[in-house]
Amino acid sequence: MNADPESILGLLRGALPGVHISLRKNPGPSAQHSLLIEASGLVEASRFLRDHQEFDLLSNVTGIDWPDPTKADKVAPTEDEGAIAPEVGFLEVVYHLFSTTRRVGPLVLRCRTKDRREDVRIPSLVSVYRSAEFQEREIYDLFGVTFTGHPDLRRILMWDEYVDHPMRKDYVAPDDYEYEPTPHDAVLEKAKVHYPAPS
Amino acid sequence: MICRAPTLEGSDEDQLLRVSLGPQHPSTHGVFRMNVVLDGETVVRLKPVFGYLHRNHEKIAEGTSYLASMPYTDRLDYICPLSNNWAYALAVERLAGVEVPERAEYMRVILAELTRLINHTAFLGFILGDMGAWGSALMYAFREREKILDLFEDLTGARMMANFMRFGGCRNDLPTGWAERVSVIVNDYGPFLDEMEKFLVGNEILLSRSQDVGQLPKEQLLNGGITGPMLRAAGVNYDLRKADPYGIYERFEFRIPLGEKGDCYDRIMIRFLEMRESLKILRQALAQLPEGDYIHPKAKLRNFKAPVGEVYSRIEGPKGELGFYLISDGATNPYRYRVRPPSFVNLTLLEDMCLGLDLADVIIILGSIDIVLGEVDR
Amino acid sequence: MNQDKMETPAAPARWTWPGLGLLQGLAVSGKNFVQSFYKKERMTTVQYPEERAPISPNFRNFPFLCYDGDDPKAGLRCTACTICEKECPPQCIYIVLDRDENGKSLKRPKVFDIDISVCMNCGICAEVCPFDSIYMDGEYELSTDDRFGGLMLGLDRLSKSADYHMKLRPEQATEVMERRKAEEEKKAAAAAAKAAKAKADQEAKEKAAAEAGASGEKGDEA
Repeated sequence: MNADPESILGLLRGALPGVHISLRKNPGPSAQHSLLIEASGLVEASRFLRDHQEFDLLSNVTGIDWPDPTKADKVAPTEDEGAIAPEVGFLEVVYHLFSTTRRVGPLVLRCRTKDRREDVRIPSLVSVYRSAEFQEREIYDLFGVTFTGHPDLRRILMWDEYVDHPMRKDYVAPDDYEYEPTPHDAVLEKAKVHYPAPS
Repeated sequence: MICRAPTLEGSDEDQLLRVSLGPQHPSTHGVFRMNVVLDGETVVRLKPVFGYLHRNHEKIAEGTSYLASMPYTDRLDYICPLSNNWAYALAVERLAGVEVPERAEYMRVILAELTRLINHTAFLGFILGDMGAWGSALMYAFREREKILDLFEDLTGARMMANFMRFGGCRNDLPTGWAERVSVIVNDYGPFLDEMEKFLVGNEILLSRSQDVGQLPKEQLLNGGITGPMLRAAGVNYDLRKADPYGIYERFEFRIPLGEKGDCYDRIMIRFLEMRESLKILRQALAQLPEGDYIHPKAKLRNFKAPVGEVYSRIEGPKGELGFYLISDGATNPYRYRVRPPSFVNLTLLEDMCLGLDLADVIIILGSIDIVLGEVDR
Repeated sequence: MNQDKMETPAAPARWTWPGLGLLQGLAVSGKNFVQSFYKKERMTTVQYPEERAPISPNFRNFPFLCYDGDDPKAGLRCTACTICEKECPPQCIYIVLDRDENGKSLKRPKVFDIDISVCMNCGICAEVCPFDSIYMDGEYELSTDDRFGGLMLGLDRLSKSADYHMKLRPEQATEVMERRKAEEEKKAAAAAAKAAKAKADQEAKEKAAAEAGASGEKGDEA
């Protein structure tokens, strides 16, 4: 059973008057609508949902890279007039909350960074939901979102000395991998550079 | 492998021992490493190290068509590929609003429950290996598992890498006589479980090594995102087949086994009970299996496109909640493709479970979480 | 919740008489040991390579290309449409279309390589092929000491006859052959109909021309 984000939006606005929250409609058949929460109020909002709305399981946390900000509003459009359309590309973190007692979910929360390079901070939810610990580390590793307040923010899947963030859309894969017997398309172009005459 | 930590003058740490368990340790279930800090024999700190099997499955899937990701899902949790197939197919079906015919739904339930049998049987073999019963238990478990894998080979063409589900059904129909062979296995499985239970349940070594090891309060487990048999062993009634039904699970009668204490012993026993419930579901599904299409006649294979939108869809995998999060921008490949692997999230509380226990208990606790590194590292 | 209790089977016992469990376990392994000498369900090992377990008709390993008739080159069904190349998840297929000296497509592959060190036996190429050309093989003894050449199958090693397909997967091959035959007959019938129509058209035209000529002659006369 999908959660009812519209009524929860009202509750959240009542509980956290200073935080800007907007409802994002999902245009697809799944109709899982989401709530876009301002980064400064994310921890408070999730604590409210955990303590007062019985959303006790934070199942999934993941990042999305939006180099093109208009695309983000195409996938999750809003009818809220107060919502400010972002001007530059940004990173987004998506949370899927469930209630094991009321058996509803997912309640989808979204939170956006200011941009993709300079200000990529989002408050960490580890103090509210421990399950975010490794998943936030993974987002930090693969997307480059910095979670403020995370107890142990290190790379998790890539090695510590690694510099780039592979899940970003503009990530360029290294082309020094081993010779493939059947190079074609892009691989062929790279193989031509690295190996003089591939068959 | 074991080395003395560098002595620091005047520090509390100077008597601690740093042990790097893995990545090729025989009881770490694949290439998984733990950095353990010991005070004598007692665990003081434990940090898991991931990524030895990382190949960025998500990035690959974002660059290829929806169909081409299907064989890659087999390789996430390679003990139970058909559950992964179902989870992914279900997510795409919800994303695009594809319908699944009745017969295909029944086939999926049968395959998913057989996969659960495989996973839990293999788990029993592995955990006993972790406790030192190396050999017999694993061989008995694998003997039974192999019979089911033979069935999978006859149906899907491969023992493990099935690549069987499609958006809107399954790839091919059941071969003649296949359902009857499943019922033979289902009938033989009860006696095998009895034998296995007799083999190990009363064993003093197992009792003393697994009871009261690795318990955590259920609130903490939920907060840590633990799902599946791990959570139910602690007494939380949360099985997605009942709590968030998908497919046609609402049609079957079965119970959700719950443990009492949530220690390693309960985690082992809960798997026995779950297998018995799976056998019940299998019997009902085989009896009700209808004739008809195995794939929706209008299902699209090539150039599959989903409408703009996103979906988070999850199933009760044998190891816990297996979720797929997909975003479509209308192209032939997903804009964002995310796997929520149960093994990875279940490891969150590994350190909390092990603190204050002996090093030997760490191995059993890790075994009782039931991880597969293909899924943890992706 | 009461309903939850209903869902829950009884929890297992946590205690037994000391020593009893151990003896029970030993009895089980003893039974298994003795039965492994005579009981069929317990004797599961096959003595490979002397013995071989039969492979299932659905079993799939690396792909092969099917050809009709005796000539692997002329009878090849593949038209080098590159659908399989595009759909292949690990991108292990490489196709070059054969062209004549004017650059016109000959609708057959000049190069068709499958790198089986990359191929993951998923079978998607066979599924998407619209020309019944590529199928999954049952061959599994493919180890080689040549890492690059030995694991790179070209047209010579990939082409296998329709008879081989029939032997490997009788059910699928029969269905395919019947469908192809029906299609061919339909095509032949369509071609015959077209020829007949063309002939009729020609005749009609000739007739019309003759009539027109006749009327023209008449006109001349008038």
